[in-house]
Amino acid sequence: MPSDEMDQKTQERLVSIAMRWYDQMRESTIPSISLPTRTKQNIEFDDDSEVWKYGDRESVRSAHTAKSALHLLKMSYVISFLKTQLREKRSSTLRELYYISEGWKRAKFSAQDESNLLIEDLEILTDLQREAFHLRPEEDGATIFGPLRLKEMTRRGERVIHCQEDVGEAGYQIPSNVENIDLLEHDARFVIAIETGGMYARLIENGFDQDYQAILVHLKGQPARSTRRMLHRINEEFGLPVLVFTDGDPWSYRIYASVAYGAIKSAHMSELLATPRAQFIGVQPSDIRDYNLPSDTLTEKDVAALQSEISDPRFASEYWRTQIQLQLKLNLKSEQQAFAARGLDFVTKEYLPRRLTEMGILS
Amino acid sequence: MTLADELARQQRSISVAEFFEKNKHLLGFDSPTRGIITTIKEAVDNALDACEEARVLPDVFVGIKRTGSEVFRITVEDNGPGIIPAQVPFVFGKLLYGSRFHQIRQSRGQQGIGISAAVLYAQLTTGLPTLVISRTGPDNPASRFLLQININTNEPEVVEQSEVEWDRTHGTRVQIEFKSSMAAKKRLLEYLKYTSVVNPHARIRVELDDETYLFERVSDEVIACPQAIKPHPHGIEIGQLMRMLGAEGGSCGEFLVENFTRIGKKTAEEICRNAGIPPATPAASLTPAEQKRLLGAMQGVKVPAPPTQTCLSPIGEELITRGLEKEFQMDFVRSRTRPSSVYSGHPFLVEAAIGYGGKLPPDGNAQILRFANRVPLLYQQGACAITGCVAGVSWKNYNVSQAGLPTGPLLILVHVASTHVPFTSESKDAIAAIPEIEREVTLVLQELGRELKTYLSRRDKNRLQEDRARAVCSIIPEIAAKVAEIVDLPVPDTSAIEGRIMRKVVVKKMSRDGRVRLEVKNYTSQPGALTIYDISPDSGEGSDPKPAIVTELDGEHTKVWHVEIEPGGAWSAEYFGAGGGSLEIRGMPPEHVVVVDLDAQ
Repeated sequence: MPSDEMDQKTQERLVSIAMRWYDQMRESTIPSISLPTRTKQNIEFDDDSEVWKYGDRESVRSAHTAKSALHLLKMSYVISFLKTQLREKRSSTLRELYYISEGWKRAKFSAQDESNLLIEDLEILTDLQREAFHLRPEEDGATIFGPLRLKEMTRRGERVIHCQEDVGEAGYQIPSNVENIDLLEHDARFVIAIETGGMYARLIENGFDQDYQAILVHLKGQPARSTRRMLHRINEEFGLPVLVFTDGDPWSYRIYASVAYGAIKSAHMSELLATPRAQFIGVQPSDIRDYNLPSDTLTEKDVAALQSEISDPRFASEYWRTQIQLQLKLNLKSEQQAFAARGLDFVTKEYLPRRLTEMGILS
Repeated sequence: MTLADELARQQRSISVAEFFEKNKHLLGFDSPTRGIITTIKEAVDNALDACEEARVLPDVFVGIKRTGSEVFRITVEDNGPGIIPAQVPFVFGKLLYGSRFHQIRQSRGQQGIGISAAVLYAQLTTGLPTLVISRTGPDNPASRFLLQININTNEPEVVEQSEVEWDRTHGTRVQIEFKSSMAAKKRLLEYLKYTSVVNPHARIRVELDDETYLFERVSDEVIACPQAIKPHPHGIEIGQLMRMLGAEGGSCGEFLVENFTRIGKKTAEEICRNAGIPPATPAASLTPAEQKRLLGAMQGVKVPAPPTQTCLSPIGEELITRGLEKEFQMDFVRSRTRPSSVYSGHPFLVEAAIGYGGKLPPDGNAQILRFANRVPLLYQQGACAITGCVAGVSWKNYNVSQAGLPTGPLLILVHVASTHVPFTSESKDAIAAIPEIEREVTLVLQELGRELKTYLSRRDKNRLQEDRARAVCSIIPEIAAKVAEIVDLPVPDTSAIEGRIMRKVVVKKMSRDGRVRLEVKNYTSQPGALTIYDISPDSGEGSDPKPAIVTELDGEHTKVWHVEIEPGGAWSAEYFGAGGGSLEIRGMPPEHVVVVDLDAQ
């Protein structure tokens, strides 16, 4: 959709929220709004799309309490601000929005979390992403490296970029609004999303992308929305398998789960962000045992996290059950870079090819 | 001559009047300012007692006029039964003469000292005799007396007696002149106000030099005069018993049955047996030792408490409340009458009330109104058992601050009614600390404290709700302004929404397609009644419901509807017309109504 048209649609949707309140007030009704309840209790695993979505529970925010009235007031200030921003073709960061609210007297936000949540509310109400409001997050997007050509609509014109040939050693930086990218072509067989920067750099240095025709994506811990959206699009548009390579501990399994199934905070857009077909490469608990990797013992919190994962529907498969139980039995965890104990080339020459063959990605 | 002889020459009997002269403070005449209050108090007490006995609604006049530089003329007049001429000199001119001293029932005056003490006081300070006019009925003429007391003999001296014309058909007027000052004017008015609170059936008119005050009655019910009862075996002392025995002609057993309440033949026999006196022994013949044994046996025997229904006359919860509401403006009043109880054989009961807020002073100690047998106690608050009990209750439990006494906009009324109120002294200013009475006072205060707490927490909750609603109402117009800016339309009127949030009655007028519609919604928690005046060129034709009245002036029709509306209810009317004009609402306080004229927007 051309961006002018998109902006027009976004404006209309935002204004329609205000119009609803306007009509309510004309009819002497206390203005209100209803939103899905955004708590863990109202997150459901959607079996069809295999992602996390909000359930049926809705909570009504009606201006009959001072707190809700203030929320509505803030929301109307934000809508007014976004409407102007869209009309003027400007954009701002979430952090900037927070500071802009300084001038809104009592509608000013008391913390950045509050403005972020309010923007998420608006995403739900308009069924649009925050990028459509010309809002972007503060953190820089993660990087990508591999045989992929794309076109980015930048403020200064279109740029066609090849993610191996036209970029430096760090790779191509994913912009906050992935919708501004057209994926043109690729020469890859699969995508590997990597948790740590150290391992991402190791694979680039070892030429893994060239040797195995792999697109490497750096997750930078819990991946930002844009990173997950990028993975989702590459998987959707090119049909390339997405593989997640993390540390071997319960927290890293959750990074995989958020790539594959979505997160609570953004459950309203799981269908856009999650990649249900993403697969987990490792580090698997069985790798710790089989390769005798250097390891640490599990902390109490690790054990509790593992135990809650056993009952988590996202890990409700034979594979995960076996692995988690094995880890509890070993009482050990290992980092990705523990493979270096067997030499710097071990991970690219031995471990990954063996795992990829096992998983049927390489033949 | 021995020293004893010398002393004997100085020993002689003292007349009661002489005693009084030396001990004025015991009877409440210790200072000229106090004397004026005591005099009025005694005279008004007598007037009220007399009216009560005659079962008439008291109409009491109190006049105070300065006749000399320090001389005041006190006049108290009532519409009571009057006093027969033969008795007048004794009632007013002899100390310790009265009808109620020997009766066991609740009454204001008791010893027959009060008013004659005032007569004596006048005599001592100005030398002027006291004027009394009394009439016992329309068929009898009124008698006018000028009286004095013989200080040596405590006998009345009639200076002058005559028959006079008097406009009252029955009643008594007493006029006393003595040296005093009006320094205690405030306290005097307080006394009359408090008297009026606990005597809601009385009308008291006061002329204080040139100012007049009226304490109007709020109840037309004549209060039942308490009936006298016989003494209770537990409530008698040796002297009284000896006197009664001396006057008895019959046997000991008959004496007990006939002269005491709650003693039957069996109990009498039991007392005699325990005292070791055969019941047939003539009562008058008992030796002092036997008399003492008899008293011991009487006090040791198990008998029911004396009957309290007839000898006590509580004011009652409703009348206390009405009496207080009449004289004080308060947000909350609650009264309690405790069941009657007994101390040392004397029946008594305690009533109390608590008032809060309104125009009571917001700071400082609570006002404590003490009463004994419907008489306000004005002096010696600190020495009174009632004050002790008030301070002894832990008021903080009832959300009332306390510094010894409770503090804040609080009024506490305590009335102790008894056949024998145990005062700390003859000036009858303070009630003695009798454990049984203290217990009852504490209990009633605690009961009322709990009710006050309920009221206070409800009030605080309502206040909180109102604060919250107000907070919301300050935000709503801002939302309206911002939203209007976004959608690029005029700012909507939010007063109806605010009315709803603030729990008011909202009246709306709107017109569309040749029809005008009026709507009333009651968001309050109370049923409402209001009158709508809709003034416009429309005649209100075809209105449903029809207006109660339609008037026309210069082409403007005033359409009037009377609307009664339940809490949460709605009412509407529709008629043909173009709308416009103006809307007026009457019958409800404006702060409870929001009018929204949508046509005017």
